Amino acid sequence: MANVELTLDVKRRIETTRQQALLGGGQRRIDVQHKKGKLTARERIQLLLDEDSFVEYDMFLEHNCADFGMEKQKYPGDSVVTGRGTINGRTAFVFSQDFTVFGGSLSGAHAKKVCKIMDQAMLVGAPVIGLNDSGGARIQEGVESLAGYADIFQRNVDSSGVIPQISMIMGPCAGGAVYSPALTDFTFMVKDTSYLFITGPDVVKSITNEDVTQEELGGAKTHTQVSGVAHKAFENDVDALLNLREFFNYLPLNNKEASPIRACDDPWDRLVPGLDTVVPLESTAAYDMHDVITGIIDEQEFFEIMPSYAKNLIVGFARMNGRTVGIVGNQPKVAAGCLDINASVKGARFVRFCDAFNIPIITFVDVPGFLPGTSQEYGGIIRHGAKLLYAFAEATVPKVTVITRKGYGGAYDVMSSKHLRGDINYAWPTAEVAVMGAKAAVSIIFRGSKNPQEHEAEYVEKFANPFPAAVRGFVDDIIEPRTTRMRINKDLSVLADKKLTNPWKKHSNMPL
Amino acid sequence: MAASIRLQGYKSSLQEALHQCSKAVTGSHPLLKRTIYTTMKLYDREQYWNDRCKPDEAKFNKVLIANRGEIACRVINTCRRLGIKTVAVHSEADSLAVHTRSADEAICIGPAPSSESYLRMDKILQAIKDTGAEAVHPGYGFLSENTTFAAKLQDMGVAFVGPNSESIKAMGDKIESKRIAEKAGVNLIPGFDGAVKDADHCIELANKIGYPVMIKASAGGGGKGMRIARNDQEARTSFRLCTEEAKSSFGDDRMLIEKYIENPRHIEIQVLCDKHGNSLYLHERECSIQRRNQKVIEEAPSTFLDEETRKAMGDQACRLANAVGYDSAGTVEFLVDKNKNFYFLEMNTRLQVEHPITEMITGVDIVHQMLRVAKGHRLLHAQENIPIDGWAIECRVYAEDPFKNFGMPSIGRLSRYVEPLHIANTRCDSGIMEGSEISIYYDPMICKLVTYGRNRGLARETMIQSLDSYVIKGVTHNIPLLRDILTEKRFVEGDISTNYLPEVFPDGFKGKQLSITESQELAAMACAIYLKDEERAANFINMKASHIPITAKTKWALNVMIGKTRFMAQVARCADGLKVTVGDNNFDVKGSLSFASPLMDLNVNGEQRLLQVQLRNSCGKYELRFFGTVYPVQVMSERAFELSQHMLEKKQVDTSALVMAPMPGLLKTVSVAAGDLVAEHQEVCVLEAMKMQNSLVSAKVAKVKKVNFKAGDTVNEGDVIVELE
Repeated sequence: MANVELTLDVKRRIETTRQQALLGGGQRRIDVQHKKGKLTARERIQLLLDEDSFVEYDMFLEHNCADFGMEKQKYPGDSVVTGRGTINGRTAFVFSQDFTVFGGSLSGAHAKKVCKIMDQAMLVGAPVIGLNDSGGARIQEGVESLAGYADIFQRNVDSSGVIPQISMIMGPCAGGAVYSPALTDFTFMVKDTSYLFITGPDVVKSITNEDVTQEELGGAKTHTQVSGVAHKAFENDVDALLNLREFFNYLPLNNKEASPIRACDDPWDRLVPGLDTVVPLESTAAYDMHDVITGIIDEQEFFEIMPSYAKNLIVGFARMNGRTVGIVGNQPKVAAGCLDINASVKGARFVRFCDAFNIPIITFVDVPGFLPGTSQEYGGIIRHGAKLLYAFAEATVPKVTVITRKGYGGAYDVMSSKHLRGDINYAWPTAEVAVMGAKAAVSIIFRGSKNPQEHEAEYVEKFANPFPAAVRGFVDDIIEPRTTRMRINKDLSVLADKKLTNPWKKHSNMPL
Repeated sequence: MAASIRLQGYKSSLQEALHQCSKAVTGSHPLLKRTIYTTMKLYDREQYWNDRCKPDEAKFNKVLIANRGEIACRVINTCRRLGIKTVAVHSEADSLAVHTRSADEAICIGPAPSSESYLRMDKILQAIKDTGAEAVHPGYGFLSENTTFAAKLQDMGVAFVGPNSESIKAMGDKIESKRIAEKAGVNLIPGFDGAVKDADHCIELANKIGYPVMIKASAGGGGKGMRIARNDQEARTSFRLCTEEAKSSFGDDRMLIEKYIENPRHIEIQVLCDKHGNSLYLHERECSIQRRNQKVIEEAPSTFLDEETRKAMGDQACRLANAVGYDSAGTVEFLVDKNKNFYFLEMNTRLQVEHPITEMITGVDIVHQMLRVAKGHRLLHAQENIPIDGWAIECRVYAEDPFKNFGMPSIGRLSRYVEPLHIANTRCDSGIMEGSEISIYYDPMICKLVTYGRNRGLARETMIQSLDSYVIKGVTHNIPLLRDILTEKRFVEGDISTNYLPEVFPDGFKGKQLSITESQELAAMACAIYLKDEERAANFINMKASHIPITAKTKWALNVMIGKTRFMAQVARCADGLKVTVGDNNFDVKGSLSFASPLMDLNVNGEQRLLQVQLRNSCGKYELRFFGTVYPVQVMSERAFELSQHMLEKKQVDTSALVMAPMPGLLKTVSVAAGDLVAEHQEVCVLEAMKMQNSLVSAKVAKVKKVNFKAGDTVNEGDVIVELE
């Protein structure tokens, strides 16, 4: 009899604990979370994953801290919800920090849960998505908490380049905690409700006497426009999670798999007459490279990465005949499309992601060169520019390049040129590949000349057209802009079987 | 230099590509079946079924078109049909424009501004010499009514495809033209020929003319110094006020008086004359729907005229033309009052913008006839050969925002542009194509969309279908307004006047106001689009074994927001589409959805619905064009909607501290500098857009923090020009 009683009691306890776990820090804290315009950890998972697909891990796991009265405050599952589920039928592992439990702070238990799903994800080769909303380390646990961070960092690094890792910052993320998102492939933020910083405004004030708000110091605007730490910001939690679903659909599950191919309504051989007139006739006039990109890709759908940072270089994901491609393009509308430190770093990181995950790269080139000046030189443009060069040179995925207008100087070499193993390099009739612009070139070749205009005209006639590059085989063909989509789609079909490996090495030594 | 060198090689290859493309494309998507040379078919006959010429009569060998855009293309099309070589002149900005590319030869005549290119007589005359053109078609605007130009051509022995200089001159002068008209026995608005002496004289004249009368300043314009009087007392006050206004505004207080025509219609007669004294009228065009004296929708014939009035107007128009020895195509404009009395306004001595509707109902190629008579041929039609066959309507599709003052210019690049030429009986006279730029330099007209029908109802239905199918992305356009007028009760009944727009939309155009059922229908269609999106997102061609199949759902509860209004929809999939219940209404939504084109051809409860997806992001946010107007729509699952209720309303940025450009344009002047104190409503800068000067004012008393642009800069819509503290 007593046995039966016990069994029933266990059943009840399981049920109550489960109920307790589902409520996290309790209704009152949930209400507070909602009032801030934020969703709870579980609501976020629900929106991110397919309906009823979430499988939770470690719902009963608790922290084991006995100091400062912590032994009396235990919540089943502690301050993070972990598990796996599907996004449009494809597996993703997820952890979602629960701000209603100890402010989402990271305890040893919290870290253990996160590490478990990261390990699981590596075993099966599925991406990890972190929904960050945490006040920081669990101070009561001291060094235990620090160890937890490091355990996660190590797994971030081990997984890097094997499975895609995505961080969505949906609340505070401060101190050591910021380095996990920084190690992942993509960091997204929610406008107005998320912050990322090493030290908060109070500490800043006490150390440097600087007055700064949370938003200014580490808000979405700061990191997407100024620091380049975050890759994109979304309006609110709902918008962010729905967009994340959309983004996930571009990515392969791991580095051994191809990215998903979606059925494509847009005819693969569609001609794009508008591209014939997109490049202005005066070579100094600006145009929007987005017009070129959206004209060519499937259904004008472009998921731009870092749209507000280093706008002189556009990077992002799109599809070509249903296949995911990475797009890199100089933006003549901003700073004439030149390469500077920020643009180089932005481009390098994106190219490396694509290369790591078998995503072909399409590069649109209209680059007048690297940005000159002391601020760039002092900032190390040589070192940073080398990153983009390195990334393109190292990449073994299919690389298709279209020179729409200028390909000047070293920047021409960098932008996925033939010389860096570009598979297919095209030039539009407006292309001009040269060491520099006519004026500058003439001032060197014909130093002190009395009739520079005449020489300029000569230089223009020689170099301001696609022929010099074409006769040397540096471009494979000069194509009518309107045919670009058709040509690239044909090329990508052939290049799908491309096999190229770099020489064996422990790892390369990229100029960091 | 670089530009011109590059252009030579580029252009020829482009032209070739253009021809190849029109061949290649025709096979694929029906919407892409578009060439710039398409000739429309009217039911079962050719567009110009009533055009006449002698088979072996002499023709010009080469014609230069001293114009740009759609009218240049229009003239080139007829020349091509006749085997006449064409020369286009173009500004630098138009180097790759459609008219430049479709002519046999093209000559660049200067930089973008018209005053430096299309109005440069010397450059055009040089182009004529260089190319050996035998005739010049001036189109409309630019040099079309310039007598010096016509005279210079005459000196060179080059034919001007238009009337002789004398008749241009005679009709160009307002007073002179009225005198000639009076002599020719044309009805004039009753009035006094001369200045009004004083208030008593004014009353005396008013009584003679009959109330209501219009008292207006001789030097007047822009509505200033202009008043209507309905009795003696009003006449006295009006006279006094007008005189004062005129004195202060124009420094000239001479007053004129004439009969005031209430709610008049603007109806014009197309005439065609040759050099042998023959004249014809090609019936009327109803052009009453106007805004700020610019025509928006025209139709031919008019619903208002009876056979007798039509004949009387036609006869008078021909008499006037004969009186000045007119020898080309021209238009005589009349005001028509509610009793069908008509009064001569003015004569336009050129090809009119709206000539296509006349061509549609008469079957005559007016441009061809202009070329013929310029060559000295006789008209081969007799008046009885000019029928009114069917009905034609023209909508002027402009790059402008109809929500602002019935139309404020907008600019941009046509990122997507597909004309509805797949619809029978539709004609598009345009001079642009996908990728073209609508710039601040020229008229913002995108296209003259003309539809034809056996009767007005059919022409109207085709127009609605064409407007709904017209894909224009990249610039704001006035299709919402056009589409709304086409179904508006008064327009449908033909009850229109020149006051139509302000009367029907007293508070300005606010977009099509959807009824509840229409909104529900839009919601139902949005659900269909959303589900298509969702379904496609979960289906991959290269699915792997570990892909966990989603249980195929057949029922959904969705939440649709149209603007701020919420609709709940129950959706069920059935064999051939979706059954959507919104509120008390059921909608059967059928049709294949494809995101390759923005245009969705759906069928809702058995009726065709043309819907355009202007904007789509995969999170269920759409901008859908329905009945012409674009609505922001968001579709979410019930759960997502529930959760979105927790989201905070975003704070609107206070823009009172910012002076922003309301439209793209050129900054003429900036009258403040950083540190200046400005008063509320003080002018801080002047923006010139589409030849209009717009004064931008500060919204509050403040100190100027920053000035971001200087005079001479071009700004885009939304650019912050001046920041206040």
